[in-house]
Amino acid sequence: MLTDKKVQELEQFAKEIRIHTIDQMAVRGFGHMGGAMSICDLLSVLYGKQMKVDPQRPQWEERDWLICSKGHAGPAVYSALSLKGFFPRGWLKTLNQPQTSLPSHCDHKKTPGIDVTTGSLGQGLSVAAGIALAKKIDQNQNQIYCIIGDGESQEGQNWEAIMFAAQNKLDNLILFVDNNKQQLDNTTANICNMESFKEKLESFHWEAEEVDGHDLEAIDAAIERAKNRNGKPHAVVLNTIKGKGCSFAENILKNHHINVSKEQAEDAIDALNR
Amino acid sequence: MSIITAKEHELSTQTMAQVYAETITKLMEENKDIMELEADLGACIMGGKMDEIDKYPGQLINCGIQEANMIGTACGLSAAGKIPFAHSFAPFIARRANDQIFISGCYSDANVKLIGSDPGIMAAYNGGTHMPFEDVAALRAFPALTIMEPTDGVMLKSLIRQLAEKKGMYYVRCARKAVAKIYEEGSEFEIGKANVIKNGTDVTIIAAGIMVAEALKAAQILEEDGISARVVDMFTIKPLDEEMVCKCAEETGAIVTAENHSIYNGLGSAVCEVIAENIPVPVEKVGVQDVFGEVGDMEYLKKRFHLTAADIVIKAKAAAARKRG
Repeated sequence: MLTDKKVQELEQFAKEIRIHTIDQMAVRGFGHMGGAMSICDLLSVLYGKQMKVDPQRPQWEERDWLICSKGHAGPAVYSALSLKGFFPRGWLKTLNQPQTSLPSHCDHKKTPGIDVTTGSLGQGLSVAAGIALAKKIDQNQNQIYCIIGDGESQEGQNWEAIMFAAQNKLDNLILFVDNNKQQLDNTTANICNMESFKEKLESFHWEAEEVDGHDLEAIDAAIERAKNRNGKPHAVVLNTIKGKGCSFAENILKNHHINVSKEQAEDAIDALNR
Repeated sequence: MSIITAKEHELSTQTMAQVYAETITKLMEENKDIMELEADLGACIMGGKMDEIDKYPGQLINCGIQEANMIGTACGLSAAGKIPFAHSFAPFIARRANDQIFISGCYSDANVKLIGSDPGIMAAYNGGTHMPFEDVAALRAFPALTIMEPTDGVMLKSLIRQLAEKKGMYYVRCARKAVAKIYEEGSEFEIGKANVIKNGTDVTIIAAGIMVAEALKAAQILEEDGISARVVDMFTIKPLDEEMVCKCAEETGAIVTAENHSIYNGLGSAVCEVIAENIPVPVEKVGVQDVFGEVGDMEYLKKRFHLTAADIVIKAKAAAARKRG
């Protein structure tokens, strides 16, 4: 259970992640807004409470790992990392500028705190499984977290990794499915319906539960349960809204990659601050 | 680098698969971080070792029939400090897991040794679906990837032992059957440096893999016809030993390449790029002529795809005849 104070702190952290994410994209005037906004509450719980990391030592051996397989949500992760102190806040203005340390998709060679390079969808969970396997072999207690998108789960490689993780009893692996129900061209229901994740994952011998992906306490409680080392990998299906918290993007069908004017950004940030 | 060439080029008593299995298991016994991953073709190269999989817990892993996940998992293992070797047949490594090799592997600075077995006509009775004439082509433009084709068991053992010590992404296209013995035990090989295994002055045959033995046979036939052919074993296809290519072009004035691969974007293309930019001399390519594979025994397939010593002789004479002056 989170204390009221901790809930308030995480709410504030989530809000700041959103503000900086919108602000980053406004510099270039475009970005992957929808899928970045939908994971901000999860990032708040991970970096604000659950993950064992040290901003001074991004490669710390004892850290927990996060693989954001939906690499286009990079800007939201960068906001969280910067707020946490992995790199100066000023870097956030350099998103997608020449020679930047913050490219649109996550790149572990460029950004302190990014554990794994992603961007070609469907590959992150396999890499996460490899890391989790290595940590199991070495009897290391690190937690391995991986975020995939619901659209991304249409890539077959995910299901290879899901079978592999169950077979190898990777109970140190926690998978989040950002179930925002939209992909680039349309809704997932209209293109390639993936429902229901919980049933699918359970039938693949995973432990799975569904929570409101914008309820900080629910996310935290689900992670607490998923940390149980019972021989099964764990999945938390986050029911989210694509574009959540960005006034001009939320609830718009095609908000995967959109233009972001300075005025729109200011209005959206004002709305978050109200 | 110091090589000792064998006097006779008979088939080795040990298969390449046996050499690989012996070498990698010994390495796993020496270093617990070394791992061997399979995608349900373990018995094809590791043989009986797969029945002893429990002797190598956390080291010898059978992923199931899922090459893309196997490569991705290997990249994750390397990110967490392990040293994974990952094997499948060459087409399933190079074609099926191509984007995983690029993104999770090369682009991410991973440390994975990819073993693609049965390259080109070595797939024999598995036929066209399993006969990659394009694996090097599919991977040659990937930065941060070294591509090698061991010539015989002595070299394979040496290279696998070296790879266990080296960081980075490597693709080894490797025969499983017994191949002609080219080197004696005690030979040392330097990755990226080609071996001159026969001297000559009129033309240079630059070959890799099973074509090295054919090149040596061709050189003997050419000698009888009064043409002095040099033979170079270019076992590292990328990065190419450009210095050696230029030296041979300068000293012999004509080049023939010989590869168990398509003439497009393999060894022949790589040599042509260097020759055209540095020291233009006639080049002729022996290789597969942009066609698909088919089933057959090795002798039939060599003839069918023009990969024999006789084919090299014809091209060597053509290259020598094109020399100016």
